Amino acid sequence: MTGPPLLEVEDLRIDLNYRSSHVAAVEGVSFRIDRGETFGLVGESGCGKSITALALIGLLRQPLSIGAGAIRFDGREIQRLSAAEQRALRGNRIAMIFQEPMTALNPVSPVGRQIAEMFVLHQGKDWREADRLAVEALASVRVPAPERRVKDYPHQLSGGMRQRVMIAIALACGPDLLIADEPTTALDVTVQAEIIELMRNLCAERGTAILMISHDLGLVANVCRRVAVMYAGRIVEERGSDDIFRTSSHPYTQGLVDSLPRLGSRAALGRTRLTEIAGVVPAITDFPDGCRFNPRCARATDICRTTEPETTLLGAGGLVRCHHHA
Amino acid sequence: MRLGANLIIGGALFALAIFVGLLAPWLAHTDPVMDANLLNAEEPPSWIWWFGTDAQGRDIYSRVVHGARISLTVGIVSQLVNSVIGVTLGLTAGYWGGWWDDFVNGLTNLMLAIPSLIFALAIMAVLGPGLTSLLVALGLTNWSFTCRIARASTLSLKSQGYVQAAKVLGYGDLRIMITQLLPNMVGPIIVIGTLGMGGAILAEAALSFLGLGVRPPYPSWGSMLSEARDQITTAPWLSIFPGLAIFLTVLGLNLLGDGLRDILDPQSRSRRT
Ligand SMILES: Nc1ncnc2c1ncn2[C@@H]1O[C@H](COP(=O)(O)OP(=O)(O)OP(=O)(O)O)[C@@H](O)[C@H]1O
Ligand code: SF4
Ligand SMILES: [Mg+2]
Repeated sequence: MTGPPLLEVEDLRIDLNYRSSHVAAVEGVSFRIDRGETFGLVGESGCGKSITALALIGLLRQPLSIGAGAIRFDGREIQRLSAAEQRALRGNRIAMIFQEPMTALNPVSPVGRQIAEMFVLHQGKDWREADRLAVEALASVRVPAPERRVKDYPHQLSGGMRQRVMIAIALACGPDLLIADEPTTALDVTVQAEIIELMRNLCAERGTAILMISHDLGLVANVCRRVAVMYAGRIVEERGSDDIFRTSSHPYTQGLVDSLPRLGSRAALGRTRLTEIAGVVPAITDFPDGCRFNPRCARATDICRTTEPETTLLGAGGLVRCHHHA
Repeated sequence: MRLGANLIIGGALFALAIFVGLLAPWLAHTDPVMDANLLNAEEPPSWIWWFGTDAQGRDIYSRVVHGARISLTVGIVSQLVNSVIGVTLGLTAGYWGGWWDDFVNGLTNLMLAIPSLIFALAIMAVLGPGLTSLLVALGLTNWSFTCRIARASTLSLKSQGYVQAAKVLGYGDLRIMITQLLPNMVGPIIVIGTLGMGGAILAEAALSFLGLGVRPPYPSWGSMLSEARDQITTAPWLSIFPGLAIFLTVLGLNLLGDGLRDILDPQSRSRRT
């Protein structure tokens, strides 16, 4: 494919501003997503996944702001666009679905209306045409009897149905990129699998790229072709998802892999005991000097406590940020 | 769900007032202004003159019936103006914040510090008496409660998932306010509006009583009371019936407001769903 990558994030820093000072909540984050690609962002709670996603769509608000770096969508730098140009991208070419299907829908508006609104807003359709397209959109996310369901209010739908509606809204205008921020954590496991499958199939059919955000490495590796692991505001490792279980290099990633229950073939690789990573994620305000993982790292040495490790490129498009990577 | 007694009694009283106001020309026995006949002056209530007659021999029943039109027009129109002003200011102040919020807050506090009837009196003094001035005066002076409610609702709704989601979906500010915020605060706004209507009807009566509202001979309940005050001992029916009309209408609106609050209250709503 020619032309620029769909999304290119370069050395992004997100500042958390206090009255007189600021700290970097996210720093040195770089990644790219090609058209139609599936990319995962994994990390513990509070490591900066959601605010990175908000930065991508230009919705960081005080006390958070972009401190440095560039975000290019389709070759155009997001921060340079006017507010109106950013709005025209949001929901139209970059869509997003959230963790909470319960609260992300307007309780006093029928779901069909909320889908139709996207066609009116971004494609200038009239309401009649938009209402018709809304029925189609609801059918495409496999909601039974869509022509009746469009009149339902969110509270009349189950959690899984609501998340389907969210997907219909997000994909209504045929976006190039779908950001899914913990799209299924609020759902139970069987529904979760259905929703993920649906999202993946629809995006694959339409050539929509996915940026999937989750704390669940297993889930993300399952859906995405490549995975980046975030720790305390930095990407510490990026890998093809096939490689991440076999050849992860960063001690944190290895810790995550070891903490996953595994069956069959992966168990045969030898690491069979479930372990957890000792310690907790440091607070933004007191990240340790040097490598931010060093207080919890079994491999840490003196250099880890003084010097921030640089990114090392590995074979097969992987990268790692560690002084002593495997 | 069981409808509260407040809602039913209040709704019925208000519906009766609306009904009387709408059908006044058919319900009235005589023309409220023109049919003066000194031969019938100051008749007490009877089968012919249901509510009695006044010093010019006009039928009080017909005048009260026609007065409903004015009182309701004043109540509804001025409260609509108040609601529009209050919601617009409160919603934008809560949503945008910053200097605009400070400004609206200052203005609201100012309005709350001056008794609204006094403020309306001042406006009437400038505009002169009459129905239009009455509507302007009452419509501009009673929006502060609506504004406060709209602002507070906006502040709490703003952090709701669906408002954030709308931003992510590319909604502009105006679209967010109209589709996400406004429909989610109509409940309390309607409650305040209903109570405010009662207040406006009382204020009309007071201003007309003071001779600043609707001018005789045209019948408004307040102006009828004003005319009747000299004969309160000799012909009490002149003040009793318009007074009763005001009392029942305002009571009805207050009960209706309370009843609506019970069913529109967000907590009772979440219990039902
Ligand atoms: N509005 C805000 N004000 C102050 N700090 C914030 C704000 N939003 C996020 N943060 C901080 O930024 C850091 C990153 O938050 P973020 O929401 O991106 O985490 P996350 O990786 O998405 O976690 P989770 O898995 O819990 O969703 C957190 O430490 C959080 O406390
Ligand atoms: S740099 Fe040092 S402390 Fe950080 S992960 Fe690598 S070995 Fe551990
Ligand atoms: Mg998050």
